[in-house]
Amino acid sequence: MADRQRRLVVLGAGTGGTLAANRLRKKFPASELAIDVVDGDNDHVYQPGLLFVPFGLAEPSEIVRPRSDQLHDGIDFHLNPVTRVDVDADRVELGDGTVLDYDVLLIATGSVLQPEETEGLLGDAWMDSVFTFYDMEGAAALRTALQTFTEGRLVVNVVDMPIKCPVAPLEFAFLADWYFTEKGVREAITIVYATPLDGAFTKPVASNALGSLLEEKHIEVVTEFNTGEVDNERKMLIGYDGTEVPFDLAVVVPLHGGAPYVAESDELGDELGFVPTDNATLQSRVRPNIFVIGDAADVPTSKAGSVTHFEGEVLIDNIESFLAGQPLEASYDGHANCFIETGFSKALLIDFNYETEPLPGHYPSRFGLPLLKESRINHLGKLMFQSFYWHGLLPGRDIPGLGPDMPDRGKEAIGSS
Amino acid sequence: MPITNLAGVDVELNDEGFFVDPHQWTTDMVPQLAEEWGVPGPLTDQHWEVLHFMRQEFFEKGTGPTVRKLGKSPDISVGVKELYQLFPDGPAKLAARCAGIPKPKGCI
Repeated sequence: MADRQRRLVVLGAGTGGTLAANRLRKKFPASELAIDVVDGDNDHVYQPGLLFVPFGLAEPSEIVRPRSDQLHDGIDFHLNPVTRVDVDADRVELGDGTVLDYDVLLIATGSVLQPEETEGLLGDAWMDSVFTFYDMEGAAALRTALQTFTEGRLVVNVVDMPIKCPVAPLEFAFLADWYFTEKGVREAITIVYATPLDGAFTKPVASNALGSLLEEKHIEVVTEFNTGEVDNERKMLIGYDGTEVPFDLAVVVPLHGGAPYVAESDELGDELGFVPTDNATLQSRVRPNIFVIGDAADVPTSKAGSVTHFEGEVLIDNIESFLAGQPLEASYDGHANCFIETGFSKALLIDFNYETEPLPGHYPSRFGLPLLKESRINHLGKLMFQSFYWHGLLPGRDIPGLGPDMPDRGKEAIGSS
Repeated sequence: MPITNLAGVDVELNDEGFFVDPHQWTTDMVPQLAEEWGVPGPLTDQHWEVLHFMRQEFFEKGTGPTVRKLGKSPDISVGVKELYQLFPDGPAKLAARCAGIPKPKGCI
């Protein structure tokens, strides 16, 4: 340990920034490490909850808490947007002119929606017949729109990857099928899922196990559709290759990019504003004293809360090693898992990493939750997770038996990629 | 796995026509690949720029770039619309086949 007090600055008080700051606060006395956390607003949204808002299954007020309340004592919270990082001077500049010098910087500012990057998406139809559920305002407005939608074409569209929680749009389509069935109007509504990928499921094992779900639920799939433009007047999504997908109600997942200050800071980000990051150590490739957690990193795994959660432990170990001048030995394997709501009080669970595709079996061991299979218990798991998020994950508590590496002991060994 | 002879070399492709081993790829193979996958000829500097960038990204990041990233990259002189003229059936996938790298990844 060092003699002098060092300073860690954490940009972003979402899932990654909060859990990392809290874990490091527990690990280091304030005399050794000062921790400053910066965010431009004080609304910590439990983002998986946004999916449920349009269907009346969650209230906006239930899924938002003050960011400042999630941080342990002894952490300085700055309610102030980041304007720039000077990676040569080890310095962060904030909106009100405050300057924070750092020994270690942790970037945890996630990804932002960029609807303005798609021609016509913010046109007259936006928030009228074109919505997103990826932010609170959109999710709440969509609830009203769904209540009055009784016939026509509902098109769920992913503009392009990467997006947060890549399965959420598919879950939206599944829940819409359930919602309209309950309302007795399902037969008058066509549900279309338009994706830039070459299938709703692109990994072979998941595709075999789940391919029939869409057919069973009568959801039409348009593959390799790259949205170039929204024609507001004709109510048409137009692909770059000229393909047209007509809609009466469109639920669009807009393009995602990194936080705006990343692009404003020399050398910090890539073309999309994500920070080049080592897949295993989570140290940035920008400077050795800059680390990255969660969606802000360009690592090739899903932008999802579970990824951030599993990255957390590795990141903390490596920041500790870095401060001690030791080699970074902790290694993240790309582990991700997610509950996928399939409607009618059922859900699937998938578990995978950089190397291994989602496989059937059970998680985290033979007696755990079923994988790649619809079940009620997975649905309950998804619902119960919110409580763990606020009370376990963010405060930085460990769950016995659940380490960061992907477990394989409950999985059926059918080929890995 | 099907084996195809490209520019005199036996190359292993997967069922969807993507290279199993990206190191087997050479520039000599590109004209044949382009014709096979329906890339409108003749191959221009812009096609090559895209193919080289695809490989560079794959070896650095472990996955090929999306169309959007191609369109935004300072190393690529054309935008997304032009990319669809160069590789009409979907630039990310078609260019990945011609550049000898695996299919861009989804998560499930």
